Amino acid sequence: MRAFISSVYLFLYAPIALVVLFSFNAGRSASEFTGFSTAWYGKALGNTFLVSALQNSLMIAFTSAALAAVFGTMAALGMERLGARMRALFDALFAAAIVVPGVVIGIATLVALVAVFSFLNPALAILWPGDRPPQLGLGYGSIIAAHGLFSMALVTMIVKARIASLGRDIVEASSDLYATPLTTFRLIVLPQILPSILAGFLLAFTFSFDDFIIAFFVAGSKTTLPIYVFASIRRGVTPEINAIATLVLVASLLLILTARILMREKRSKSGE
Amino acid sequence: MRAAMNTKRNLVTAALIAPAAAWLFVFLVLPFIAMLVFAFGERAPEGGYQAAFTFAQFANLPARATAFWNTLLLAPAGALLCLVVAYPTAYYLAVKANPRYRLMLVSLVVVPFWTSLLVRTYAWMYILGSRGIPNLLALIGIEDVRLLNTPGAVLLGIVYGYLPLMIMPIYVSLEMLDRRLLEASADLGAKPVSTFFGVTLPLSLPGVMTGVALVTILLLGEYLIPQLLGGGKVFFIGNALVDLFLQSRNWPFGSAIAVTLVAVVVVVLMVAMRIAWKVAGTRQVDLV
Repeated sequence: MRAFISSVYLFLYAPIALVVLFSFNAGRSASEFTGFSTAWYGKALGNTFLVSALQNSLMIAFTSAALAAVFGTMAALGMERLGARMRALFDALFAAAIVVPGVVIGIATLVALVAVFSFLNPALAILWPGDRPPQLGLGYGSIIAAHGLFSMALVTMIVKARIASLGRDIVEASSDLYATPLTTFRLIVLPQILPSILAGFLLAFTFSFDDFIIAFFVAGSKTTLPIYVFASIRRGVTPEINAIATLVLVASLLLILTARILMREKRSKSGE
Repeated sequence: MRAAMNTKRNLVTAALIAPAAAWLFVFLVLPFIAMLVFAFGERAPEGGYQAAFTFAQFANLPARATAFWNTLLLAPAGALLCLVVAYPTAYYLAVKANPRYRLMLVSLVVVPFWTSLLVRTYAWMYILGSRGIPNLLALIGIEDVRLLNTPGAVLLGIVYGYLPLMIMPIYVSLEMLDRRLLEASADLGAKPVSTFFGVTLPLSLPGVMTGVALVTILLLGEYLIPQLLGGGKVFFIGNALVDLFLQSRNWPFGSAIAVTLVAVVVVVLMVAMRIAWKVAGTRQVDLV
C-alpha cells in the first residue's frame, strides 16, 4: 500500500519536477543535465512577445476575476432571497456555465459575437458622427466576458455554500437590535463571507490565467500566455519553454495555496 | 407599508441578481441560441456562415465519426483508468493515513489540478518525446520505441491530468464513512476483505459515481491532451472543432458538432444523476 501511494505522488510530481529541473539546465539537451544556469529565464524574460502575453494574461485574469467576485457574490446574496422556482432556474444556468465544455463555450461565444458585430459595425458606421467609426471586434473584452462566465458561476457556488452554512440567528439578532439591513450586511454577513469571496477570486484568477481553449477561440488577434506557450510548443520543445512553464507553475501554485488557506480558515471557523 | 417594504425588498433582490443574470443571458443563453441557428445554416463559399435552414450539417456528422468514436471510447476508458489509481489512493488518505499528515497529503493531491493543464501535459510531451524515455531506452539497446502520438500516451495524459479530480470525491465519501460500521462488521466476525466489499465499497459508491461522471464529462470536451500527446493521430471531438472553426472555417458544420457534443454531455449527466439517485446520499464535494 505504502509503495503504491508513494508511486502515485511520484507520478503526480515527477513530470513537473523534471520540467523545473531542466529549466535550469545550462545546455540545450532535454535528457542530459550539463550544469546549473538561469540563462533560459533571462532569455524568456527578454522575449518581448512573451512578456506582453504575460501582461495580457494578468490583466484579463484580474479583470474577469474581479468582475466575477463582485457580481458572483451579489448573485449568491440575491439568490437567497429568490423564490424556489427562480432559484432553480439560476442554479441550472450556473451549473450549465460550469459543466458545458470550454471548447463549446469558446465556439458559442465566437459565433454569437461575430454575428452581433456583423450587425453592429455597419450600424455604427452609419450612425457615427465622425469619419472613422470604431470597429468592434474580438479581443480583451471577449476573453474577459467568456472567462467571467465560468468564474462568476464558480464564485456564486462557493459564496452560496458559505452563506448556507451561516447561522441565521446572528443575522436575526442583529436586526432585533435595530441594525438596518445594510449595517447587518456590513458588520455581520460580509466579514464572514469575505474569505470565501477572496478564495473565489483567486480560483477565478487561476482559471483565467491557465485557460487555453476558450481564449484560443475568442482572442481574435490578441495573445495570452497559454496561447503563446501552446504556439511555442508547436514550434518545438526548447529549454526556454521549460523556464516559462516553471514560472506559470510557480504563479498558479502561489494562487491555489493562498485560496486553500483562505478556505481552510473558513472551515475551521465554522467548526467543521 | 408592508406592500412598500415588499416592493423595496424585491427591487434589492433584482438589483443584486441583475448583473449576473445579464451576463448569463448575453454570454451563455444567447451564444447557445446563435450556435443552434448556425448549426442549421450553410457554409458561405469564403468560409463562415450563410443563412439557411437545412439538416445537412447534422446529416454530415458521420464525416467526423472517428473523432466521436475516439472521444466516446477514450473518455470513459480514461475515467476508469483514473478510478483504478484513484480509489486505493483515496482509501489510503481517508482510512490509513496518519491524521497528522492527512491534510497535507490531500493538499498535495488537489494542488496539481489547479495548476496549468497545458504545462502538465507539456511535461509528458517532454518525457515521452524522442529525447525523453525513448532516448534512454536506446542507451540500453532498445531502439525505435514510439511513445508519443499513440492512444497510450493520450490515456496516460488523461490519468495524469484528471487523477486529482477523481481522488477528491472518493476521498470525501470515504472520509465521512461512519467508522463504527466497520467495527460492527468486524465484531460480527467479518474478515477485512468482506468488510471492504460489504460495507466500505458500497458506501463509497456515490463518491465513485461523482468522480467518474465529472472526469468523463470534462474529458468529452478535451482538446489539449489529444492535441499534444496524440499529435493529430488520436484526435477528440474538441480537436475536430478547433480544426473546423479555425482552419477550414466551416462554422455551420462545427456548430452542429458542438451541439451534438452538448447533447452527449447532457445524456451522460442524466445517466450519472439517475444512477446517483439510486445509490443515493451524494454530498456536495469541495474541489478546493
